Amino acid sequence: MSRVHDMGGRFGDGAVNASDDATFAQDWHARALALTLAAGALGQWNIDISRHARERLSPKDYTRFSYYEKWMGGLAELLIEAGVVTREELQSGKADGISPLADRKLLAEKVAAALAAGGPADRPSDIAPAFKRGDKVRLRARSGNALVNGGHTRLPAYAAGAIGEVVIYHGTHILPDSSAHGLGEAPEPLFAVAVKSTELWEHPENPNDEVILDLWQSYLEPA
Amino acid sequence: MPHDHSHPHTDLPSDPALRVKALETLLVDKGLVDPAALDEIIETYAHKVGPQNGAKVVAKMWVDPEFRAAMLSDPMPLLREMDLYGRQGEHMIFVENTPEVHNVVVCTLCSCYPWPLLGIPPGWYKSDAYRARVVREPRAVLADFGVTLPEGKAVRVWDSTAETRYLVVPERPEGTDGMSEEELAALITRDAMIGTGLALEPNS
Repeated sequence: MSRVHDMGGRFGDGAVNASDDATFAQDWHARALALTLAAGALGQWNIDISRHARERLSPKDYTRFSYYEKWMGGLAELLIEAGVVTREELQSGKADGISPLADRKLLAEKVAAALAAGGPADRPSDIAPAFKRGDKVRLRARSGNALVNGGHTRLPAYAAGAIGEVVIYHGTHILPDSSAHGLGEAPEPLFAVAVKSTELWEHPENPNDEVILDLWQSYLEPA
Repeated sequence: MPHDHSHPHTDLPSDPALRVKALETLLVDKGLVDPAALDEIIETYAHKVGPQNGAKVVAKMWVDPEFRAAMLSDPMPLLREMDLYGRQGEHMIFVENTPEVHNVVVCTLCSCYPWPLLGIPPGWYKSDAYRARVVREPRAVLADFGVTLPEGKAVRVWDSTAETRYLVVPERPEGTDGMSEEELAALITRDAMIGTGLALEPNS
């Protein structure tokens, strides 16, 4: 049901390399980040579409690519799918004229303001919160996107079907499962839900541990 | 339908640095990207925005009970006042370590991280090993960072699955009474605010 990026709980990855801690280990990492942000500023996709573009890399590529290679792979997808560049341009490396989107180019003097403006994800919604702090909820049994087969979702597979308790109500937020597929923002209530380690793992380190996930109302049912 | 087709990145050079360069050149030639804007973005996250921002906030929370209470209940108005609002920090939540509970932050699905307060995440935060393991065996992952928690302390792992961003407020070390906010901020590391570290001891 899920894709290769959904790796929470997986075995076999070995130790975390705590010394791999540079902000930008290579100059091109910084360039890749900046290029992704500048291309995003053209307004042809949203954050959910861009996450899904990276997640749709083939499992082989996702696994062998370094972090910013995934970003470049995702960016190439987005540019083609949005029609910002053509496959021919990508292959030849030669621009077929100036883009009609050129007037949207992020200029150096606008960078600080664009980064400071952010992109809040809360939106008004007609959907009233069905749960409150302290309520027991069951997470959807399967972690797939309910609207689109193989689509984007933010319900990790390791937590699907678990029972948890609402600890925070965040207000109403854009639903990524809809927004990633051009189906509208579909804002709905969002909750932080605490799930006990004993609900999630065969061999938890400590039964008092918990994982807290942010989950949309449509991922949840009363328990 | 999501498109699972032949992937456009295969049209680009195989060397990643050249791949980035090829994309940049194409987008600049199409009038879509200003290379000076890229320099400005890099300058911002390489030198201006980083863990020093979060450390300043946490130090103030340690010394100012009213500020602490406000940050724990509704931090956004105060963060805006401090010019610490921005991309990837639109919905901040501060979670406090206590003698009973240690907090750790992860994004198992990608690499969500509070940019305005901590900058761009380090390599390990984005690694498969961290994303895969910290939800299931947080103490074993903390051991990779040389951190051992007291016996019996519970761990709460925050998986950043939405646009909310979490920052850990570490416990204030003993022997720091009377230290200034600036001196305290120097004890508050990036890892302490992610939860893979603790605040430094004074004179350490």
